[in-house]
Amino acid sequence: MAQAPGKRPLSPHLEIWRWGPAMLVSILHRVTGNGLAFVGLALFLWWVGALAGGPAAYQTFLDWVWLPPDGGLQSVTAALGKLVLIGLTWAFFQHMASGIRHFVLDIGAGYELEANARWSSLTLLFAVSATSVFWAFVFLR
Amino acid sequence: MGNGTSIGRVRGLGSSHHGTHHFLSSRLTAVGNLVLIPFLMISLALMPSHDYATVHAWAAKPLPATALILIMINTFQHARLGVQVMLEDYIHEEGGKIAAWLLVNILPFAGAAFGIVSVVRIALGGA
Repeated sequence: MAQAPGKRPLSPHLEIWRWGPAMLVSILHRVTGNGLAFVGLALFLWWVGALAGGPAAYQTFLDWVWLPPDGGLQSVTAALGKLVLIGLTWAFFQHMASGIRHFVLDIGAGYELEANARWSSLTLLFAVSATSVFWAFVFLR
Repeated sequence: MGNGTSIGRVRGLGSSHHGTHHFLSSRLTAVGNLVLIPFLMISLALMPSHDYATVHAWAAKPLPATALILIMINTFQHARLGVQVMLEDYIHEEGGKIAAWLLVNILPFAGAAFGIVSVVRIALGGA
């Protein structure tokens, strides 16, 4: 970019366009993917590492992320931990549905405006529904 | 090849010939995730309890241990490719690019190695 002339006109970007489902799903795909990569995989490694470390290490993981002993900082992080896990579940379902949509787009289908908007909206609906069903099952069974 | 605009300076050079492999690897590992991650989530949801003994016994069995190790390989590669694309889009300074290059080429392998060692230890004894 160093040698590019400075005053060239730029194409209209985020601030110009009206939001539509496809735009939302597109940016959510990136946000959820990177959230899963950084937060999800880090938590996953902590969990597996704690499991390998033995009962004490595993209990430390549970205390911080899921079941606080009583009071203190861990009661805050454990509540946050549940929120983060529910958020990660939603992120996974959103990323998965959006990813499947990408497979369809990759073969050249689903670009008609109406179909594109419909399938984009369905990924949003699917992610919220699947997250609700999953956690309802975990908490209520 | 001109030396004015950014496009002018790269026009005629051809592709870097790595794009297709990146694209296909991303899709291939996505299919892997489609099997591995639901397996992990359903297994966790169906467990009778989540105390150490139950979860450890589950993870030590051959099929779950294999799935966990495949996640370390497949999912970490998928995440690596995706994070790389994100960084390429948002980081434009040379120093930042070097930092991003180090991050994307070291951290996923370090994490995956730690994860694989952990699963092997769970599955083959130890603690």
